[in-house]
Amino acid sequence: MRITQGCFSFLPDLTDEQIKKQIQYCLGKDWAVNIEFTDDPHPRNTYWEMWGLPMFDLRDAAGIMMELKECRKVYGDRYIRINAFDSSHGWESVRISFIVNRPKNEPGFRLARQEVSGRNMRYTTTSYAVDLPEGQRYNGA
Amino acid sequence: MLSTVENTEGKPVADIDLRKEFSEVGIGEVLEQLDRELIGLAPVKTRIREIASLLLIERIRQRMGLSAETPTLHMSFTGNPGTGKTTVALRMANILHKLGFVRRGHVVSVTRDELVGQYIGHTAPKTKEILKKAMGGVLFIDEAYYLYRPDNERDYGQEAIEILLQVMESQRDDLVVILAGYGDRMDKFFASNPGFRSRVAHHIDFPDYGDSELMWIAELMLKEQNYHFTAEARDAFARYIAIRKTQPLFSNARSIRNALDRIRLRQANRLVADLDRIVTADDIQSIDAADVLASRVFDKPSTPEGKS
Repeated sequence: MRITQGCFSFLPDLTDEQIKKQIQYCLGKDWAVNIEFTDDPHPRNTYWEMWGLPMFDLRDAAGIMMELKECRKVYGDRYIRINAFDSSHGWESVRISFIVNRPKNEPGFRLARQEVSGRNMRYTTTSYAVDLPEGQRYNGA
Repeated sequence: MLSTVENTEGKPVADIDLRKEFSEVGIGEVLEQLDRELIGLAPVKTRIREIASLLLIERIRQRMGLSAETPTLHMSFTGNPGTGKTTVALRMANILHKLGFVRRGHVVSVTRDELVGQYIGHTAPKTKEILKKAMGGVLFIDEAYYLYRPDNERDYGQEAIEILLQVMESQRDDLVVILAGYGDRMDKFFASNPGFRSRVAHHIDFPDYGDSELMWIAELMLKEQNYHFTAEARDAFARYIAIRKTQPLFSNARSIRNALDRIRLRQANRLVADLDRIVTADDIQSIDAADVLASRVFDKPSTPEGKS
């Protein structure tokens, strides 16, 4: 199941050229762009791991593309996303976030039902991938 | 939004009006500005003109489909302190930007401190951070020879050099590196780092300024700040230059700038010392011989003492 989180996730995967243009748009607005990765793509998992350091004061997307290439080399089998943070007063938050890399095989989510008091039901979703320990989740998939 | 130079592949143009092309990219203005605002430096200006012409032709060749490779643009500026290396680097970035060889045209100016770390594992992220900031523009490394310390084989400078060389080679279309430093020490640096020598396409040597050129520079600097020398002050400053040049730690235009800053200080002090009078705009703007002659440079016993 294809995960749809962040911007552009209902579109076909962005090409590197398109990613570069999006990053350049962010830099043009003076947002700080960083790269994050994870192998636990639950929609409520907002804390992905950061690749390297946040990148401030960049002028051109080439620098971030260089880091993205490095990140893909190491974590090419995980989800990688790009965030752009707007530090200006009143915003002070992430303005755009989009996935730039996904595993070849995305097993999707299971819906777990729990019967509770009365005839009530509780629902929760779990990614099939997280049954395996961290770091092995998308290997060889 | 991005540079249009690369986007023309597939439809090479047959002929190009050279004059139109030249005025379109607007490097003529930059070169004129260079001529106007930088005094002396004739050999440097000639070299920059040559490089600009070469790049203009290269750009046309790319559009005609005659060459696809980005030319190597890394440069080395050698010369004594205060000879205008940083200023020319800024102009160079402007020229490269106008011709479309760098996408943004900004200059990131660094020295060893910003590239080399203090402990193991510190250097690589530090160097990469600077490189990322410089992408799309020009990385200006001042006193580049400090990167290489032959006396200490565990020096982290070597690591920074390796990363630099790698990026200089693999991302030639993303950034241009300009290395700057004193002539003799840069020669040694290149001799011990052949990798750099072969990756740097243009070596430009900055000559020292002559006495009259330094005088022009001083007057230009004063004019920019709405000051001017009186006739006696001008003579005194000419003597100042002649004496200062023979003294140690003379750094051309920078010494002149510092001297002028001190002279302005003394002029202000002189004006404030006598409060019971009306000052005119001319008083405020003019620098007297006394302001110049109060300099310590004239105290040296080796110099002929002359009071005017």
